[in-house]
Amino acid sequence: MKAKTRGGLRQVGLVLGAAALLAASLAVPYWQLTLYAPQYPGGLRALVYLTHVAGDAQEISNLNHYIGMKALDEAAPVERALAIPLVLLFGALAVVSGSRRGPWRWLLRLPLVLFPLGFFADLSAWLWYYGHSMDPTAPIRLEPFMPVVLGRGVIAQFRTVAQFHVGFYLALGASLLALYDLRRKEPRAAQVRAESVARPAEVAAR
Amino acid sequence: MKQRGILMGLAVVAAAVLAVSLAGQAQRAGTLPADVQSLIEAKGLTPDQVRAAIQTYVPPGKYDEYLMFSSAGQGGQVLVFGIPSMRLLRVIGVFAPEPWQGYGVGSEETETVLGWRSKDPRLAWGDTHHPALSETNGEYDGKWLFINDKAGSRIAVIDLRDFATKQIVQNPNAVSNHGAVVSPNTEYVLEVTQYAGPFPFRYVPLTQENYNRHFRGLATFWKFDRGKGRIDVSKSFQIELPPYWQDLADFGKLESHGWAFWNSFNSERAIGGTLEKKPPVEIGASARDMDYLHIVNWKRAEELVAQGKYQVVNGMKVIRLKDAVEAGILYLAPEPKSPHGLDVAPRGDYIVVGGKLDPNATVYSFRKIQEAIRNKAFSGRDDYGVPILKFDAVVAAQVKLGLGPLHTMFDDKGNAYTSLFLDSAVAKWTLGPPYNPPDRAWKLVQKLPVQYNIGHLTAVEGDTVKPGGKYLVALNKWSVDQYRNVGPLLPQNFQLIDISGEEMKLLSNTPIGIGEPHLAQIIRMDRVKSWETYPVGTNPLTMRPDPNATKPGQQRIVRQGRTVHVYMTAMRSHYVPDRVRVKRGDTVVFHITNIERTKDAIHGFAIDRHNVNLSLEPGKTETVVLRAERPGVYPFYCTEFCSALHLEMMGYLEIEP
Ligand SMILES: [Cu+2]
Repeated sequence: MKAKTRGGLRQVGLVLGAAALLAASLAVPYWQLTLYAPQYPGGLRALVYLTHVAGDAQEISNLNHYIGMKALDEAAPVERALAIPLVLLFGALAVVSGSRRGPWRWLLRLPLVLFPLGFFADLSAWLWYYGHSMDPTAPIRLEPFMPVVLGRGVIAQFRTVAQFHVGFYLALGASLLALYDLRRKEPRAAQVRAESVARPAEVAAR
Repeated sequence: MKQRGILMGLAVVAAAVLAVSLAGQAQRAGTLPADVQSLIEAKGLTPDQVRAAIQTYVPPGKYDEYLMFSSAGQGGQVLVFGIPSMRLLRVIGVFAPEPWQGYGVGSEETETVLGWRSKDPRLAWGDTHHPALSETNGEYDGKWLFINDKAGSRIAVIDLRDFATKQIVQNPNAVSNHGAVVSPNTEYVLEVTQYAGPFPFRYVPLTQENYNRHFRGLATFWKFDRGKGRIDVSKSFQIELPPYWQDLADFGKLESHGWAFWNSFNSERAIGGTLEKKPPVEIGASARDMDYLHIVNWKRAEELVAQGKYQVVNGMKVIRLKDAVEAGILYLAPEPKSPHGLDVAPRGDYIVVGGKLDPNATVYSFRKIQEAIRNKAFSGRDDYGVPILKFDAVVAAQVKLGLGPLHTMFDDKGNAYTSLFLDSAVAKWTLGPPYNPPDRAWKLVQKLPVQYNIGHLTAVEGDTVKPGGKYLVALNKWSVDQYRNVGPLLPQNFQLIDISGEEMKLLSNTPIGIGEPHLAQIIRMDRVKSWETYPVGTNPLTMRPDPNATKPGQQRIVRQGRTVHVYMTAMRSHYVPDRVRVKRGDTVVFHITNIERTKDAIHGFAIDRHNVNLSLEPGKTETVVLRAERPGVYPFYCTEFCSALHLEMMGYLEIEP
C-alpha cells in the first residue's frame, strides 16, 4: 500500500463509519406500521427489518386475510434473502472507495449512498403490490388502494400510522457520511486538523 | 443582579403553581355538583353509604386491589372476585363440569383431571369448602390454590399460571373431609376427615360397638411437589385418629412451625338412629361439655415415616394411632363443646377455637402446650390411649364474644375478627401480648351486625404471618330480605367490610347464586402472575409443548386402523381441516391447536349432539377422543365469538353408516 495523507486517512475513516452504520442497521427495524382500533388498546405494530418482519406482524397478517391481503412475511423474499450479503458488499465497496481517486471514488460508494432511497422505493413498490393484489374471494372486498408509506391512513376500523424507524435513519446517516467527503477536493493536511474537530458535529446536526 | 432576577422569576412561577393547585383543591373539596347531590337524595343515601359506594367503585378499565378465591360450595367450583369491587372475574371448574371453560366436556386433558378416564364411577359434582393458597415462609406466594371436596374426600390442585385445575387426588381411606390447609412452605396440604368411617375402608355393620372399635378419623398430609406442581402420593402419609369428627385444621407457623392443630366434635361417638327412637346425632353429639383439640407434631410424624414406622393401606402410608401416641405425635386438649373454627394467630403463638355452642373464643398458648407436654400435665387419656392435656395448663384466655362464634381472621394491628353465627355479627377483639399490652389484651372491641347467619369470614391475607388488614368479607349463609326474591332458593350473601379504621364499616352486598361458598382467601393482586396466552402448542395439563400440537401447513388426517387422528388448527375464522369423514365405530381423536398468539383470541370447538366443547385459549392444544356411534353429518363450530366471521368458523364431521 502506498503512504496516505491525513486526508486519505480521514476518508477511509468516514467510509468505514458509513459501512459500520449500514451494517448496524441490520439489527434494527427500518419501518414501522402502527394500527389503532378500539379492541387493541395498545395498538398493533409491524416492525419491518431488512431481513424479516416482527412485532405484531402475525396478528396484522391475520386481520389482513379478511380483506384478502397477503401475509406480511411473504413480502420481498428476494430482498430479505439478499439483505445481509448486499449490505456487506455495499459497505465493502464503500470502504474500498476510500482509497480510490477519480470516478471510482464516486462509483464504488454509490450503492451505499443510494441504499435508503432504494429501500424506500422497494417498500413503496411492495405496498403498492399488496394494495393491488388482494384476493377477490376475500370476505371483505376493498377497491385496490395504495397503502400509506409515511403518515396517517385509515383501513376499515383501523387508524394507521406509518413511519421510518431507527434502521432507516442509520442507513441515511451512512449515506450522508459517505457523501460528505465527495464534495471536497483533495484536502490538505493543515486544513484537516481543524475540520476533524468541527465536521462530525455538523454531520450529526443533520 | 442576574441571579436575583432568576430567583424572582422562580418565586413568581411557584406562587402561580401554588395558586392553581389550591384552586383545584378547593374545587375538589367543595360541594358536589347539583346533579350528584340530587342523585344521592333521590336514593336516600347516608354519607356512610356514599363513602362506601365511592370506596368500592372501580372505574371502567381500572383494576381491583385484591383477588378473592372463594369456594362455590355445592357448585363444586372456585369463584374469583376482585376486591373492593366484589365483581366476579372467573369461575374455575374443579369438581364439576364447567362447559364455558371446556372443563369436563370432551377434552381428554380435563376429563383426566376429573378422573373420568379411570374405571371409577364418574363423580359429577363436589362440595368445595376451603380454598388454600400456596405459601412461602407463611405468606401467600400466588402460585397454586388447593381446595377440598367434602363429599368425595378429594383435594384439587389449581395452577395460577392459567387458573386451571391440574390434579385431583382421591383419598383412598377417608369417606369425607373438611378443609384443605397448607403448611408455611407448602410442604403439605392437610386434609382431615369430617365423619369417621371404617378403617381400613370396607363394610362394617353400624353398631355402637363396631363404631368404637373399627371406625376411625384420619389426617392426611398430602406432600406437594413444587417442581412438578403436583401432589406426590408416594411421599404423603396419614395419621390414624380416634373416631371423633375431626373438623377444621390449621398449621402452626413461626414458633409453632412443625405442628398442626385441629378440633373435633362428637367425642360422644353418637351414631344416630332416629327411626328407632334413639336421639338424633345433633343431640347425641352435643351431650358432653367438652370435645378435643388435636395437637399434632407433624415433623415428628415425618421422621416416623422416614424410619418406616407405618403401614401401607390402599397405597397410603398410615401411622397407626398407637404408634402416633407412643412417638409423642398426638395429644388432645379439652375444648368447649362442639367447637368449629380453629385458626392460628399470625406469629404462630396462639390457637383460637370458636366455641359454636359456647359464647367464647378459647385461646390456647403454644408455649403453654409445649410446657404441659414436657411436664406431662395430663388430666388422663381417652379410650384410645391418647393423652389429654389439662385445660387450665394450656389455655391463655377465653374471650366472651357472643353467640355462635365460629371462625377467626386477623389484621395487621393485633386484632382478631370472629364470625358469630347465631348473633349474625362479626366480633372484633384484641389479641394478648405481644400483639397488645396487657391492659388492652383479650377485649371485645366491636360487634358489627351482618345479614345473616355468617359462616366463615376472610380478611386480606388474614391467615398468614403478615395479615394485610383493610378489608374483610363476611360469607353469610342466609340473605332473607337482602335481595329481590328470585324463588325459594335464595342467593348467599357476601358482605364487604372495611376494617382499616378503629370501627368496622359495612361497605357492600354481593349475591352468590351458584352454591354455598364456605371459605375464601384474599390475596394482593400483584402476587398473582398469570399467563396472558399459552406458548403456541402448550398442553394445559403438562404446561409443556404437546407432542401432537399442529403447526400451520401440517394439518392432516391420519387413519390408523379404526382410529382416525385429526391434526387440526384453529384461528380466526376457520379450522383446518374443516371436513372430517369417518366410519361408524371408528374412534376419532382430534388434536386441536389454537395457533393464535393474540391475547383474548379464544376459540371454542363444539360438536353438535355430543358432549364436546373446548375452550381453546391462544396457544392451547387439546385433545378430544370420540367414539363415532351415530351416523350423520354433524356440524362442529366455534363457541367463542372470536371475530366478525365467527359464525362461519365451522366444519362438518361425517359419520358414515
Ligand atoms: Cu372462533
